[in-house]
Amino acid sequence: MEAVSTTPILELRGLRKSFHHTEVLRGIDLAVAPQELVFIIGPSGSGKSTLLRCCNRLEEPTDGSIRVDGVDIMARSTDINAMRRRMGMVFQSFNLYPHMTALGNVSLALLKVLRRPRKEAERIALAALDRVGLSEKARAYPAELSGGQQQRVAIARALALEPKLMLFDEPTSALDPELVGSVLNVMRDLKRGGMTMLVVSHEMRFARDAADRVIFLDHGAIVEEGPPEQIFTQPEKTRTRAFIAELAR
Amino acid sequence: MNSPFLEAFFKWELIERYFPAILKGVGITIEIASAVVLTGICAGLALAIIRAFRATALNILIVLFADSFRALPPLVLVLLVYFGLPNLGINLPSFAVLWIVLSLVLAAFCEEIFWAGILSIPKGQWEAARSTGLSFLATLAYVVLPQALRLAVPPITNRTIAITKNTALGTVIGVGEILNQATTAQSFSGNATPLMMGAIAYVILFVPVVIFGRFLETRFRWRRA
Repeated sequence: MEAVSTTPILELRGLRKSFHHTEVLRGIDLAVAPQELVFIIGPSGSGKSTLLRCCNRLEEPTDGSIRVDGVDIMARSTDINAMRRRMGMVFQSFNLYPHMTALGNVSLALLKVLRRPRKEAERIALAALDRVGLSEKARAYPAELSGGQQQRVAIARALALEPKLMLFDEPTSALDPELVGSVLNVMRDLKRGGMTMLVVSHEMRFARDAADRVIFLDHGAIVEEGPPEQIFTQPEKTRTRAFIAELAR
Repeated sequence: MNSPFLEAFFKWELIERYFPAILKGVGITIEIASAVVLTGICAGLALAIIRAFRATALNILIVLFADSFRALPPLVLVLLVYFGLPNLGINLPSFAVLWIVLSLVLAAFCEEIFWAGILSIPKGQWEAARSTGLSFLATLAYVVLPQALRLAVPPITNRTIAITKNTALGTVIGVGEILNQATTAQSFSGNATPLMMGAIAYVILFVPVVIFGRFLETRFRWRRA
């Protein structure tokens, strides 16, 4: 029982990614345990987003292995579309489908990937919208929603597929400051509900009170990792210290 | 009422005499135009979808086809096919030649327009859909094309009108469409009235198409972020 529960939901080994001749990720080893919230920080260009996007192979890794829920997603025999359903992804720019309502956005994959009947798909989608506090906006189009609402719909779109892992790629960076809170609250709820999360973000206060572990990435490599209080208050490495100091300014 | 202008363009007895012929031409024009619109737009969309798979060899062929058929004057193509194919032992009725040539020209333009529409959909739309497990084809069908098609409606409408007007080229290979009927009547009567009737027939035929295009543009516009 103990052994099962500690099997990582996500396990990266020696992950490398190059664009042309630039190496963006230089051998990342990372394991995310069930229900863990791992927070990735680092300067721009450090490879944070690329790391996240390699996890569901939106970006094809150059080398290394990725296991999700024990399944090697780099293996030829693995159905990547099936594995992507187990990982929800939330983007900086929301990427809602503008021609569909909130309900349509959330139910599309339920209908077309899981082939659920329309009624059931809409019931599940409504429940997901309810989790992010937007069930009353089900019939609204993305353009009729605020940025914060759009991002919550995007979170609902991922949640509706009951993922084992949620990947957040700077989910609040495109939001007006007053709208950030609503999205972070949804993320806190997810954490309380036991969701496993890998988050790239600059929301340090959120990291401090919600993250289990903070990883500092620089030049495509993990420089330092540890609990948030350690990374933010007593970082061991000079580069981490410099970055944290820069953030605190 | 013996104005030389009316005599030249609106001679009543000629209007009465050639009305049935012009009407027959209208029927034939409508037939060819509808056939061209249907096959041309469908073929253009099919080519754009094939191009989305980004198979290099296939895409080179599609680009070659689209570029040459957009560059060539349709009249040249009509004559080339009409007089060329019989030498290969293929004898097509002139109606079919006109239909095939105009369909190919419309397909070439539509392919470019649909492809531009597909390209204009942000990468994030693909990524969001793929991240929920949608396949390439499902993403294309449910996320990308519905948006790309809406963007394509105005240019497609314009191009469709421009190409279908070329049904008038059928007159040089003896397709009995409006212009053919009108020129025949003109040479028999020595009066331009039948040509004027033809011109009016084109207006009556194509103004509703323009209006329908405008309706489509408003119908398929959606509230954008």
